[in-house]
Amino acid sequence: MSTGVAEKTQKTIGGIRRKFSPWTDPTAVPLIRYENVTKRFGEFTAVDSLSLDIYEREFFALLGPSGCGKTTLMRMLAGFEEPTEGRITLAGEDLVGTPPYRRPVNMMFQSYALFPHMSVWDNIAFGLRQDRVEKGAVAARVEEMLKLVKLESFAKRKPHQLSGGQRQRVALARSLAKRPKVLLLDEPLGALDKKLREETQFELMDIQMELGMTFLIVTHDQEEAMTVADRIAVMNHGKLVQVAPPAEIYEQPNCRYVADFVGDVNILDARVESVDAGGLTLRAEAAPDMPMRISQGGEAKPGDSVSLAVRPEKLRVDLEPPADASLNCLSGTIWDIGYLGDLSIYHVELPNGVRVKAAKPNLTRMVERPITWDDKVYVSFTPDAGVVLTR
Amino acid sequence: MAAKAKGRWLVVAVPYLWLLALFLVPFLIVFKISLSQDAIAQPPYFPTFALSEGWAAIKESLGELSFENYGYVLSWDNEFIEAYGSSLVIAGISTVLLLLVGYPIAYAMARSSKALRPTLLMLVILPFWTSFLIRVYAWIGILSPEGLLNQFLFFLGVIDHPLEILATDTAVYIGIVYSYLPFMILPLYSALEKMDDTLLEAAADLGCTPFAAFWKITWPLSLPGVFAGCLLCFIPAVGEFVIPDLLGGSDTLMIGKVLWTEFSVNRSWTVSSAVAVLLLLVLVVPIVLYQNVQQREVEGR
Repeated sequence: MSTGVAEKTQKTIGGIRRKFSPWTDPTAVPLIRYENVTKRFGEFTAVDSLSLDIYEREFFALLGPSGCGKTTLMRMLAGFEEPTEGRITLAGEDLVGTPPYRRPVNMMFQSYALFPHMSVWDNIAFGLRQDRVEKGAVAARVEEMLKLVKLESFAKRKPHQLSGGQRQRVALARSLAKRPKVLLLDEPLGALDKKLREETQFELMDIQMELGMTFLIVTHDQEEAMTVADRIAVMNHGKLVQVAPPAEIYEQPNCRYVADFVGDVNILDARVESVDAGGLTLRAEAAPDMPMRISQGGEAKPGDSVSLAVRPEKLRVDLEPPADASLNCLSGTIWDIGYLGDLSIYHVELPNGVRVKAAKPNLTRMVERPITWDDKVYVSFTPDAGVVLTR
Repeated sequence: MAAKAKGRWLVVAVPYLWLLALFLVPFLIVFKISLSQDAIAQPPYFPTFALSEGWAAIKESLGELSFENYGYVLSWDNEFIEAYGSSLVIAGISTVLLLLVGYPIAYAMARSSKALRPTLLMLVILPFWTSFLIRVYAWIGILSPEGLLNQFLFFLGVIDHPLEILATDTAVYIGIVYSYLPFMILPLYSALEKMDDTLLEAAADLGCTPFAAFWKITWPLSLPGVFAGCLLCFIPAVGEFVIPDLLGGSDTLMIGKVLWTEFSVNRSWTVSSAVAVLLLLVLVVPIVLYQNVQQREVEGR
């Protein structure tokens, strides 16, 4: 499957990706600005006074459950919806009131929306012909697009003669053909099976890198957002909850909602006992006799009720108590085991009935696991493994 | 297994038997009459086959059949060829008018809110609740020199002497367009209604104004409906005789009317049968076309 595009970008991709963070640069000018944008449908507020900056060449993901307003936010950029209040600018130009056919953005639709009466070639050429691009240039661009999505031999087919994956590629090629300033992707991989989806995610990143374009993707699949995006905006009820690069979203969620929505997490209710230079001491309701040290506490003050979030892969499960006294340790019994092949998920019941999940990679081909149902185990984690959430 | 195969065969056989008994056999009878000669008798033609007279008699009668009537109908001296031509022209023009009137209506119906659509559909079918004949008679009342239309135009002061509409080709066009409109609207509506709106969004996204999107997306995708609607109107309109008879003038020449005159006034069963068989031949082309369109529709799904 690997062609020129993939190989060429392989050499540069790391270099570019590692340095790319215009959102940390106060002098950088955003390409897309949502300014206090509100969208109401009758009584329902889909997007609620939201402001967001997206930078050039960024691969930006809008992540959230269905009905959170992410699709509406994207459709307002495409021009299919007009904001009730607020401004949307693209490269400094106010877009509000501009009809979709005059906006320099293109969209790849969730249903692909390929024109069923046109061949693959004509579908890809559609936008260029609409702009009255000269014939030779249209042909050259369509050939280039077909090559980019590896569909050279399918140019004459009609959409109904293609597989789901091929249709997805045609839709992508069609939306890229006009070289829009921004490409909008509405759940682009939702209809593909898991394997194909993962492959395509990487291809999308390569294509974005190769063309140097700004991509805005809407998805409810957090893995997809984590894989492809430079930054993720987690949305809920029409508001942005957190906007950050994937690792920050995962490792430093700013509230329970984000921690819970992105990835698997154990959330323990706790009370802050003391705060000092090295971190803070918590007492969890699940283990009142065991004070816990957490190295990062945000703005938590002594006496605050907080949530302690720890990812399952950061919990260790042992039959013996850990020797290292600096580790936080909880004791419990194995309630259930989920065997996933690469990982085993141990559900550990703490004395007060709260259950935590711990993921352990299956490093050896052991059919009989040493830890089994009803074993008394010790769950431990380092002070920097947990995140204290005040919201 | 055998019982199951037999059951399946029965299910298939029922519609074929129906067509055989109610379409093919009557057609063969008409065809046979068209090969016979006029006679002052009951029935008014000969030869007649009587199974009781035995095989030899039937064989002898067969020898008396001829294509004479077809020669009569197809000769330039008589008005038949002209009537066929004029019927095709009137049906063709009517079909174009029907499309021009029906498409906007079907389009508006398909774009209206989902809640409203059943009501609109009901309104399109509503005229069928009254007899076709009565509705055509009603048009006489509207179009006649002292009819509703002229009275209304007088009232408005638009005209000072009555418009001559009744007993002209215009009245025939009005009658055909009015009577056949549901047959145009329904296939158009069903083609337009199942269209995916995101296709129009995609077209707009790629730079199409709403007008361009209509011609590049909506129109080509509605073509099966356009073909179906046009053929569904054109085929029966060619043979139409009630509308030209009631609304048309003496110079309105349509083959259906000619056939009726030949049958009821001239009492020539044989010539009118020949006219009917030839009319069927003329319509075979559009009927086959229609079947093709239907077939493609089914396969397209």
